[in-house]
Amino acid sequence: MIMDINPILLASAIMVASTPILLAAIGELVVERAGVLNLGVEGMMITGAVVGFIAAHETESTTLGFFGAAVGGAVVSMIFGLLTQYLLTNQVATGLALTLFGVGLSALVGQGYQATNQVPVTKMPIPLLSDIPVVGPILFRHDGVVYLSLVIVAAVFVFLSRSRAGMILRAVGENHDAAHALGYNVRRVRLMAIAFGGACAGLGGAYISLARVPQWVDNITAGTGWIALAIVVFASWKPWRLLIGAYLFGGVTALQINIQAMGLDIPVEYLSMSPYIATILVLVFLSGGRAPGSLGRIFHASS
Amino acid sequence: MTDTLLKIQGLTKAYPGVVANDDVSFDIGRGEVHALLGENGAGKSTLVKMIYGLVKPDQGQMTMHDVKYAPTDPRQARATGVAMVFQHFSLFDALTVAENIALGMENPPSQRDLSDQIRKVSQNYGLPLDPRRTVGVLSAGERQRVEIIRCLLQNPKLLIMDEPTSVLTPQEVQILFQTLRKLKSEGTSILYISHKLDEIREICDTATILRHGKKVETCTPSDKSARELAEMMVGASFEAPKRSDRQLGDVILEVSNLSLNAADAYGTSLRGVTFTVRAGEVLGIGGVAGNGQDELLSALSGEAMTPASMVHLDGRDIGHLGPNDRRLLGLLAAPEERLGHAAAPNMSLVENAMMTAADRKGMVTSGFLAWGKAKQFAEDVIQKFDVRTPSAQNAARSLSGGNLQKFVIGREVLQEPSVLIVNQPTWGVDAAAAASIRQALLDLATGGAAIIVISQDLDELIEISDNFAALNEGRLSEIRPMLGLTVDQIGLMMGGAHDIEVAHG
Amino acid sequence: MIQLEKRKEPSTFWIYATPLLAVLLTMVLGGLLFATLGKDPLMAIKTIFWDPILGEFAFYYRPEVFKKAAPLILIAIGLSYGFKAGIWNIGAEGQYIIGAICGASVALAFYPLEARWMIFPLMILAGVAGGVIWAMIPALLRVYFKTNEILVSLMLVYVAEVLIKAFSIGLLRNPDGHGFPGSRNLNQYSSSANLELFAGTGVHWGVVTALFAVVATYVILAKHQFGFFVRLTGESSRAAGFAGVNANRLIITCFVISGGLAGVAGLFEVAGPAGQILGSFPAYYGFTAIIVAFLGRLHPVGILFAGLLMALTYVGGNAAEAAMNIPSATIQIFQGMLLFSLLSVDVLTNYRVRFVAARGA
Repeated sequence: MIMDINPILLASAIMVASTPILLAAIGELVVERAGVLNLGVEGMMITGAVVGFIAAHETESTTLGFFGAAVGGAVVSMIFGLLTQYLLTNQVATGLALTLFGVGLSALVGQGYQATNQVPVTKMPIPLLSDIPVVGPILFRHDGVVYLSLVIVAAVFVFLSRSRAGMILRAVGENHDAAHALGYNVRRVRLMAIAFGGACAGLGGAYISLARVPQWVDNITAGTGWIALAIVVFASWKPWRLLIGAYLFGGVTALQINIQAMGLDIPVEYLSMSPYIATILVLVFLSGGRAPGSLGRIFHASS
Repeated sequence: MTDTLLKIQGLTKAYPGVVANDDVSFDIGRGEVHALLGENGAGKSTLVKMIYGLVKPDQGQMTMHDVKYAPTDPRQARATGVAMVFQHFSLFDALTVAENIALGMENPPSQRDLSDQIRKVSQNYGLPLDPRRTVGVLSAGERQRVEIIRCLLQNPKLLIMDEPTSVLTPQEVQILFQTLRKLKSEGTSILYISHKLDEIREICDTATILRHGKKVETCTPSDKSARELAEMMVGASFEAPKRSDRQLGDVILEVSNLSLNAADAYGTSLRGVTFTVRAGEVLGIGGVAGNGQDELLSALSGEAMTPASMVHLDGRDIGHLGPNDRRLLGLLAAPEERLGHAAAPNMSLVENAMMTAADRKGMVTSGFLAWGKAKQFAEDVIQKFDVRTPSAQNAARSLSGGNLQKFVIGREVLQEPSVLIVNQPTWGVDAAAAASIRQALLDLATGGAAIIVISQDLDELIEISDNFAALNEGRLSEIRPMLGLTVDQIGLMMGGAHDIEVAHG
Repeated sequence: MIQLEKRKEPSTFWIYATPLLAVLLTMVLGGLLFATLGKDPLMAIKTIFWDPILGEFAFYYRPEVFKKAAPLILIAIGLSYGFKAGIWNIGAEGQYIIGAICGASVALAFYPLEARWMIFPLMILAGVAGGVIWAMIPALLRVYFKTNEILVSLMLVYVAEVLIKAFSIGLLRNPDGHGFPGSRNLNQYSSSANLELFAGTGVHWGVVTALFAVVATYVILAKHQFGFFVRLTGESSRAAGFAGVNANRLIITCFVISGGLAGVAGLFEVAGPAGQILGSFPAYYGFTAIIVAFLGRLHPVGILFAGLLMALTYVGGNAAEAAMNIPSATIQIFQGMLLFSLLSVDVLTNYRVRFVAARGA
């Protein structure tokens, strides 16, 4: 039964299933390290999903599709950025509004594109490495976005722990008043972080509509953005733990689909709710890091 | 000492409804320690914020070495050689000492070179510090060292220090003064902001006194008596609180072996705190900030609960009771943080009166609130404690610090407690308000209540306490009569030398 | 250059003016959106906001507005307690669904027994219980494990959606339904039907309950210690602790109220306008109610008006879809924009906007 699952194919599928979550989560991680809680990940993802799908459809290039998705995600994230940073709105409420808005917007924009199938994203096996038995098919026979997501995670890790700009970003997230007193532009740092988060979420969304499914249907992200938020908490705001979290969830999702396909006796509905239940369990039992000191607080420089 | 480093001419800064600085001019000489003296709200912070580039003046100008100096942000100020040690530290808890220091520098060297530099400077100036430690776990004194070293690494021409001794023990103050003297001998100018007159007379060459945003005078502090300086600062003399002779009664509150774990990672745990307070007694609890003051207050007020027997009031174990149950038994408290702890900032004074007086003043009947009674009580507090506010319907945050503090203390005092615990009762409050608050506490004690004053202001504790103890890393020293204690002994108690005789021996 | 300056006290004028300003702003933005879709913006606005109340077919639309407003107001009133206190139950949609499932299950268990005096009250109790149980999961996890209640309550929405799909083709499927998904129609079972109390008005038991909830909440917030504690906690949790508020008990109570009201809203919907348990039953009311709560400034009377307004956009949106071929997704965008506008103009309440001449060279 369980033996019927080809472990190599499954591991490879996990990589694919994890990529959207990983992309959205690494973006949100940077945003939260800058002290901003953007609950609009789901809205930015679904915007990216629809923009990417349309861009790819119109230009017949998935590369341009992903590019468009990143831009689209960043653009809608700026609504959140302008409201929270300039008009000092409540971040929880604004993030929710962004999600509601994004879901509606994508449904409207995507109307003419319902269920149109798209040319799948081309795989980019890495020469030599992809021929290694077991490891090759699992790690090195994916499309470019899978590699890109890993590169981004590594880059964020280096940025946060090694670069001065990353240190300033952490400082802003830890204590925005002190950062301001030292002369750092809290608002600019945060806006850039929010735009980065939007672009990553957009990419993640587009990966769902262009590579994983690949088609456009309303509500295609189905809560992935929220799971990404949970992963950031699980990861205690650390990039490398994020990787573990995302692959854990990718694993649950991929396994669940595999078991469904095998037609086991387990009712389908219990399987399809498993990623959400798993998220709750992880939040309850495996989280415990300290959040950035200024997370979610409104910054107003009283000059 | 003769040539001028920074010339300040006619600086003016107005905010709606208040002129923070009005035509202020003075010079700071090279290698001079220049005091900026004034009450809370006199305009000291606004002035230094202008020098440090955080605020732009409306009028006036500054020249540094005869060159126009108009910093648009702190980085420009730092590039010109101005550095600042903040009163509320501009530090980042989750970052290391080295990272915190790098953030305050324009072009920091690599982390390893920086760590070496930090070690070198900290040795040179007698400020031991490990660059790899996380700032969140440091004591207040160590945190100040981080700020000072951050400044020193940039070889500043002018070092601004905002109330630097408020977080130090008397011994640590002396170490700081040695550092300042060394800096001065090397030609660094220091702008020293304080309201502690003795310190200023000890360390400063010149003093500029501000009152209501205007300069009163620039003088040589050692030529003036502390009283003269105080009068220039406050404008009028007023009476120091009077303590009448009183008999201490029976023990009302007994705290035995009180231990409480810190609420968060960077808090302080209380360990085995033991003391008693008698009716009519004022017990002063001193100590440097962050040694468990907040935790002690919350364990006594009931915000944090403990095993029942650790707190014992009037023959009852109350450690397991919440704040309202303790209030009903006569134990009241006033925490340090006015906005957001003792009072709700956006709520009216009426609602703030309801906050703690609901049960004792009969404002609740089967869950429903009698707002009329709350309004009456709030107006009572406003009138008896001379709280300046247009009405009881105004929001707490619209009041000045002194007025809100009078309201907060008055709210508890008028509920006639048998035990009152206050934390930093006059912190950030102008001298007149501070005097009236201290008088109210003394009067309450005369009426037979037991008072516990937790404070970092030693002068205040010396003025009003009968007995004294110090908190250090969550432990309480032995309790000693205030009368006869020297500042040195107090300093040792604050520093954790629990047995003074041994420390002397 | 524009500068924001914190007011000493929130402006009373703007507290009342901002929701109106937000609605106007949304109409302008919405008009632009309709224009880009190639529709006549004025016509669209009129079709959405005017015709359902005062147009030719208002007799048909008005009852619909009440029916749509009832769940929105019920849920939003429940959420307003938590939101005031900084407790974020974002999963009302899930509690609404579970309330519907539990309430409907009671009715279906008794079918075809005719005993409305017993069955209908039991359904209401079951609806409340379902919502409360679903809300207790995030509440208890928050209290005992400090788990983020936003994420947990939200995850449970997706679980609830899966559950209702499963029940509609499994346990609760109509045995006489020729294999089609969906339960028996509760509207056609006289012991369970949540019918109009006055024919043609749209006023069913949910509408009455919603009005009752508005009045009760008004009294609780103004006069009762619990309401004061809720407001105090939202102001400052530390000050609330000092005033003797038990934070954990408050969290649980807020979740009980919001879960219970969302659950009963689900019950009234499934026994009334929706009629049956079906995969398509979830209608996003639980999320729209969040907007309603904010638009009503978390004040019960405000929520009453905001709920009616939001119901109007649904009904008007349907009308606009029929009359002008405006896609239904537009309404969702419209609601998102409304929340954005409200949050933006809210800045005027707490800050004074000053125009400062740029200084310098």
